[in-house]
Amino acid sequence: MIALLIRDLKLGTRAGGGFGLGLSFFLIVVVLVPFGVGPEMGQLSVIAPGILWVGALLACLLSLDRIFALDWEDGSLDLLATSPLPMEGVASVKALAHWLTTGLPLVLAAPVLGVLLNLPVSGIWPLIWSLALGTPALSVIGTFGAALTVGLKRGGLLLSLLVLPLYVPTLIFGAEVARRGAVGMDMATPLLMLAGITCGTIALLPFASAAVLRVNLR
Amino acid sequence: MASIWEYANPKKFIETTDRLLPWFSALALLCLVVGLVWGFFFTPDDYKQGSTVKIIYLHVPSALMAINAWMMMLVASLIWIVRRHHVSALAARAAAPVGAMMTVIALATGAIWGQPMWGTWWAWDPRLTSFLILFLFYLGYMALWSAIENDDTAADLTSVLCIVGSVFAVLSRYAVNFWNQGLHQGASLSLDKEENVADVFYHPLLMSIAGFVLLFVALVFLRTQTEIRARRMRALVARERLQ
Amino acid sequence: MMPDLGKYAQAVLSSYAVSITLLVLLVGISVLRARKVRRELAETEQRVRRNG
Repeated sequence: MIALLIRDLKLGTRAGGGFGLGLSFFLIVVVLVPFGVGPEMGQLSVIAPGILWVGALLACLLSLDRIFALDWEDGSLDLLATSPLPMEGVASVKALAHWLTTGLPLVLAAPVLGVLLNLPVSGIWPLIWSLALGTPALSVIGTFGAALTVGLKRGGLLLSLLVLPLYVPTLIFGAEVARRGAVGMDMATPLLMLAGITCGTIALLPFASAAVLRVNLR
Repeated sequence: MASIWEYANPKKFIETTDRLLPWFSALALLCLVVGLVWGFFFTPDDYKQGSTVKIIYLHVPSALMAINAWMMMLVASLIWIVRRHHVSALAARAAAPVGAMMTVIALATGAIWGQPMWGTWWAWDPRLTSFLILFLFYLGYMALWSAIENDDTAADLTSVLCIVGSVFAVLSRYAVNFWNQGLHQGASLSLDKEENVADVFYHPLLMSIAGFVLLFVALVFLRTQTEIRARRMRALVARERLQ
Repeated sequence: MMPDLGKYAQAVLSSYAVSITLLVLLVGISVLRARKVRRELAETEQRVRRNG
């Protein structure tokens, strides 16, 4: 499984692997927001945690179809299915690779981009913690969506339609942590809920992803 | 009825529903007409909400059906996964557009009811927001069915989606409640159907709910028949092409 | 005959109008599609029986 992880990490980070794409998209979204809502700093600082969360979420979404697409096209997915590695393990490793190449960079970039949106200083660590806790869930849920649509040629839009409603609980609690942290309120409840969702999805969704992959590989 | 599994046979299902459909349709129409006419013309206004309380006869049944339709799809999906009865998978597919339409009606009546109360056409009230999310789940489910060519693969994938979606729908309900109530306890202007509905409103409401339920069943019977026939036609055409 | 709906007349009437319209639409589409597929299946079955 480590070998699979390293291979996917290498594929993800080489040129054309989509690594920079997610970050760039995050940057673009954050830049667009002031153009849309006006440059007034007070207003931006209020919506900054939410915008950064939505931006990170959309950037994650962008790279989801890569999770299985390349392996599907060249037959490696079939090989993985027949290997001694359980399909659940494959799904988990794929999600981990996605998080390491997409989610984690977003977590690190978020406070930097927060400067553009006048994110309050008190909001920086809550934002980082909420994204660090939440983006793994986004990767695992996204892997499920990617597994559902792996066989489809223009599956990108359908993938978004399927995955975005599933993202709502994570987004609600994650953004709530970031917002409360920015104004100095108690974050315990949403933080616990967020952690619960992430742990639950990591533990259970790979089984669903594996089942779906097996169906698509028949 | 020896066993409900007899109706898993497509031919038997069509035969039986052909006999049942006229009765269910007529009963549905009767209950709906009685319920709505009774509620619209023969009930008083609410002292708080005025004549808008009459919207209850549409909003509550449609909201109930929106949720029940999804639960029926969940059960049907589980039956497909465990027992591989095609009728079950097709029934889930058939029910989805009905459930989606119910959700739209619930949202529309909810928004129209809310406008004079809240002053805006939309408020992110936890209940309405949950229904909006449910609508998105319906759309995704229907889109996935349409996107996959192979019938069995589509049935499998949509079943798993329905199951996973159900878990997340429940999660979202709690999340949305937290999201809009977290700081302001009790400020939600909910069109609460659990609030004590006086008897004079209750009976026409029951009639209307019955009408909606019967309508749902009749439509699912009809639409499942259509799905069964469509599937048979696809199989015949595919065999033709091979010859 | 028509109850006095007062200032909420527009809200009540439009919600009834919208709901009934949507229900009629749903039933209509379902029935039309059912008939269409029934007809096409009969044609296909006939054709297969002739050629088969």
